[in-house]
Order: sequence, then C-alpha cells, then structure tokens
Amino acid sequence: MATITKSTGKEPLFHIVRRTDMPIWKSWLIRILSVLASLIVCAVIIVLVTGDNPIQIYATMFKGSFGSPRRFWALLQGIAMLLCVSLALTPAFKMRFWNIGGEGQVLMGGLGATACMILFGNKLPAPVVLLLVIVVSILCGAIWGLIPAVFKAFWNTNETLFTLMMNYIAIQIVSYFTYIWSSNKGNNVINTINNDTHAGWLELPSSVDKYGYMLNVLIVAALTIMMYFYLKYSKQGYEISVVGESENTAKYAGINVKKVIIRTMIISGALCGVAGMLLVSGTDHTINPDTAGGRGFTAIMVSWLAKFNPLFMVVTSLLIVFMQKGAIEISTQFGLNSSFSDIITGIIIFFIIGSEFFINYKIQKRAKEVEA
Amino acid sequence: MVAAFIHRAIMQGIPLLFGATGEIVTEKSGNLNLGIPGVMYVGGISGVIGAFLYENSLADKSQANGFLAIMIPMLCCLLGSLIMGLIYSFLTTTLRANQNVTGLAITTFGVGLGNFFGGSLIKIVGADVPSITLSVTSKFFSASLPFASNLGWFGEIFLSYGFLAYLAIIIAIVTSLYLKKTRSGLNLRAVGENPATADAAGINVTRYKYVSTCVGSMIAGLGGLYYVMDYANGIWSNNAFGDRGWLAIALVIFTVWKPNFAIIGSIIFGGLYIVHNYLNQFFPFIPVDMSTQELIKMAPYVITVLVLIVNSMRRKRESQPPEALGLSYFREDR
Repeated sequence: MATITKSTGKEPLFHIVRRTDMPIWKSWLIRILSVLASLIVCAVIIVLVTGDNPIQIYATMFKGSFGSPRRFWALLQGIAMLLCVSLALTPAFKMRFWNIGGEGQVLMGGLGATACMILFGNKLPAPVVLLLVIVVSILCGAIWGLIPAVFKAFWNTNETLFTLMMNYIAIQIVSYFTYIWSSNKGNNVINTINNDTHAGWLELPSSVDKYGYMLNVLIVAALTIMMYFYLKYSKQGYEISVVGESENTAKYAGINVKKVIIRTMIISGALCGVAGMLLVSGTDHTINPDTAGGRGFTAIMVSWLAKFNPLFMVVTSLLIVFMQKGAIEISTQFGLNSSFSDIITGIIIFFIIGSEFFINYKIQKRAKEVEA
Repeated sequence: MVAAFIHRAIMQGIPLLFGATGEIVTEKSGNLNLGIPGVMYVGGISGVIGAFLYENSLADKSQANGFLAIMIPMLCCLLGSLIMGLIYSFLTTTLRANQNVTGLAITTFGVGLGNFFGGSLIKIVGADVPSITLSVTSKFFSASLPFASNLGWFGEIFLSYGFLAYLAIIIAIVTSLYLKKTRSGLNLRAVGENPATADAAGINVTRYKYVSTCVGSMIAGLGGLYYVMDYANGIWSNNAFGDRGWLAIALVIFTVWKPNFAIIGSIIFGGLYIVHNYLNQFFPFIPVDMSTQELIKMAPYVITVLVLIVNSMRRKRESQPPEALGLSYFREDR
C-alpha cells in the first residue's frame, strides 16, 4: 500500500474525516466565533464604504433597533414574522423535503386573508369575517404546500424545483388580484382594507397594544413552543425525523412515508398561511406582491442555521433581523442604498455556513510514510 | 409586426439563455446553484462598474476605443461572476455546506450587491453625473451588422443583435456538444449522476465540480452583462432585471438539462414575457388589460411545473435531473 501511494506521489497533505464527537458547547463556541468573525468583516466593509469609525457604526445599528419603543416593537415584529415562516419550513426540512416555497405559501395565505376582508368585509359581522380570514388563509397556505407534496410522495417529483416555481406562480396570482382589487383602477395599490370597520383585522385594543405588533409576537411565541414540542416529543415529530434520516428505514419500520410527507407539508404550508395572515390581517391590512418580503428565502437560512431547533431559531432570526435593521439605519444615515442590508446578511450567512464544516469534520495532517 | 415580436422575444430570451446554459453546466456536476439570480446581478453590476470607470476616465467620450469599451466591462463581468462561483464552490464542495442554503445566500448577497452599487456607485466614486447611463460603451455592445436594417424581416429576425446574443447561442451549442460528444463532458455528467462511481473511476470530482460551477457562473454572469449593456442600453436601474434569474432556472427544467433546447426555450420564454404587449395588435378582438398581463407572465412557471411533473411521471431516463443534484459528496461517506 505504501509503495503505491509513494509511486503516485500525489497524496494530498491533508486528510478530512467526519467527526461526531464534538461536545455541544464547543460546536456553539465555533458558531459564535464565526458570527463574531463575520461581524468584524462587516465592520471592515462598512468602514471602507462610509469612512466612519466602527464603534460609531455599531452604535448607529443599535439605534436602528432599540432607538425608540416603536423601533423596538418593529424589531420584535420583524423577528416574529421571520420566525413564523422559519417554524413553518422546519418540519419539512427535518424530513429532508426542501420546501423553498415559503414565499409563495405566505403570499397565498395573505391573499386568502385579503380576499375574505374585501369580499365579506361589509356583508358579514366582524367576528365572522375574522374567523373566515383565519380559516381561509390557513387553507390557502396548506393547499400551496400540499400540491408539491402530493407529486413528491407519489411520483418523486423534485420538490426543490417545484416549490421554487410555485413561488412565482403565487407572486403573479397576487399581482393579478392587486390589479383587480386596486383602490384606484390602474395604480396597482390596495389601500388599507376596511379602515373604518376593522372587519377581519386581527388586533388587540390600542390601549393594550400601542403599535399593533403585540398580538403577532404573542401568537408566534406560542407557535414556537408548540413546534418545539411537536418536533421533539410527539409521535408525528418522531416520524418526521425517521423519514428525514432514511426513507428506507422509515418504510421498514412501518411508517407510511407518503402520508408523512403529505401531512408534514400541509402543516408547513398552513403555518406559512398563518404568517401570511399575520402580515395581512395583523399588520399591513393590505397586500402586494412583496408582502412576504423575501422571508420565505431568509427563513430557510434561519431554520438551517439553528439546526432545525425552534428555540435556537429565536436567536438566529434575532441576529438576522437586527443586522438588517441596523444596516438600513446605516444606509439612511450615509445616503447609501438600503440593499446594503442584504450584503451584510449574505456575509454573515456565508460565515456561519462555512463554520459548520469545522463542526462536522476535522482536518488531519497526513501521517509521515515510513521509509522502506 | 410578427418580425418585431420575434425580435423582442429573442432580445428577452438571450439573458435567460446565458443563465440557463450556465446553470446546466453547473447542475451537470451535481451542484444545484440557486445563486444564479445573484450571480447574474453581480455579472451585470460588475460590467457596469467597469464601464462606468472607463467612461469616466475618458476626457472626451467620442474618443472611446471600441476594443477597450467591450473588453473592460466584459472582463469585469467575468471576474465578478467567477468570484461568486468560487464562493459557492468553496462552501459547497470544499466545506460541504448545504447547497440550497448556500445558493440562496449567494442570491441574497448578489442581488444586494447589485442594487447597492447600482444605487450608490455614483456617491462612492464621487462622480458628477445624475445617473448611471453608459450610452457610449453600450453602443459598442448593441452594435449590429450595418446592413442588417436593409434586409427587411430577415435582417430584423436574424441579424439585428449585438455580438453577445450570437455568443450566447454559440456557447449553448458548444456546451451541448461538449456534454454529449467529449470524454470530459462524459466525466462531468458522471460526476453529477454518481460522484462515488466517478471517483472510483479516477475522475477528480472536486476539480470537475469547481470548474463547472465557476464556468457556469461566468456564462450566467454574461446574461446580466447582456441585459444591462445591450437590452437596457447601458442604463442600470435597481431591480429592473427582476425575476429573470429564476426564469433561467425554470428554463433549465423546461429544456430537460439540454443547452441546445435552451436556445428555442429561451425564445419561447422571452416571447411569453412580452406577449401581452402584442396581444392587442395580434388579436384586437380579445380585451387585454394589465391584469391579464400578470396572468400571462405566470405562464413560463406553470409550463415549467408541468414539464417537471410530466417528466417525473414518465420516468424516462434521458429527461431526469442529474441523480446527485443538490447533494454534497464526501468520499468517506458510504
């Protein structure tokens, strides 16, 4: 053996092996270090672009999120919405079903809510409208998740590409209805729906909830805890993990894989529908093709970075929303384009993605060959 | 009028063709690069930055040198998209990160980069111009054969494009031949179908993945360059490129991973993208308003989904995605 490797003389100097023995504290230390490293790189870039000193800049970023009670609530709302979509995608990812159609499922949920608010707003009593909003938006999201799942379960259609395409179909459907329902024909804007009656609005009295974000935050907090227990302690959650680990194992164990795939995607889509409802009925009270705001995609990264653990997702979505809000604050202050926040998000994610390598693998130097 | 429609459809299709060819090359190595939309943005903005710096360095804009005006933006574009391809390859192939997450991060990053420099380039460089309008360099990109306009419909359909359009078609044909007829193309397909087998056969999996992803990114980046320098006449406006990157990925599925089909496919998709402007002229009796336009723009995605479904139902071996698409390869994982 030694002679063969010596004769080719091209054996690489390093050797990569998978490792499974890293203690949890150490793996989180690596992740935290990678976040810190990414923040340093971001700081360098921000300084290069703005020419201000980095501490000043991070102070500005803090101001963007904590500067006033309104901003703080906006931060919480941002976290809640991103977290809600991440929670929705997580069961699918755990099953190794790459649902990158969150954007479309959120939009369809939002569209369902919009439709109920517009069509029944003046015809039915407000509590009935709200009930309809909730049911229809969840149903719309679930259907949008169900379609790719059925084809995956029965014909093994590639779900990544399928759900991706469903996003753009949803965007165009929403564009269509934005035009149909636009307040002034042709301007493609739906004004605040039911502004006078608040029919179908999901809200707390303004004496309790000054900025209108509290109910969303509470609902998502409850969902987070429910999802944690669902995935960790329920039978269905266990089935999801088994299917994700190995479909064959699941089959031998008597799990109906098709049923699990379809059921999980209904849950995933329905939760995206909830996110759409919270955005439309809980916050914006209107819809446009950008209502989901790329959360369907960002949520994939949030969920993955948190290792599909709902409680860690609170932290990862906090990090991403905080950086986005901070970067937007910097760009307004220095008159730069607000897409700056996307660059920052991208860099942080690159670093965290990269750090996973050092958690899952170790690099060994090649042992010296013994001279024959 | 039909000729004008086909002309516009081809103009619309060329960026998609670049993107789809690039993505096919990438996907054949088993890398599902969902970062292509971002790569195309970066390709576009890198070209714009190059052209902008070149134009601003000229004292007299009428003195622009055609060779430099083309080569500088083009090299910047290739370099920019190469860097994006390298980031993707490094993360997914060397560090074995998840391809979907990495790709989407590349898209977020690339689109952000494009819009950021598009919106702030003038401020950063400190130039004294109101907007990014690269009419001088753009003229060299969109220059077609001088006698094309004398040849009527024939000239309009076949000869009236800038050189990048012909380059797109040549690249698609060459790629198709490369994948089908050469030993190295066969190796590349083997890597995408089953990297473990390819590895056992002595093919350097890592090298194939790196090279094909980087070359694919560079091809896709040219799509962004074509869009801004030729199609948009050198005027960069943020988000104008829109969802074309995703359409390019849809086109890959639509053409069942075959670059030569992508030539026709890109024209069909391009036509669907703009057909709403022509419906009134072709069929005056059908009422078309803005809302129908949105539904027609849905067509490419719906068709793509149908193709995806039909192919998965028919289970024909030739029309399946590469077997190992989206999976990282680690030699010791068996």
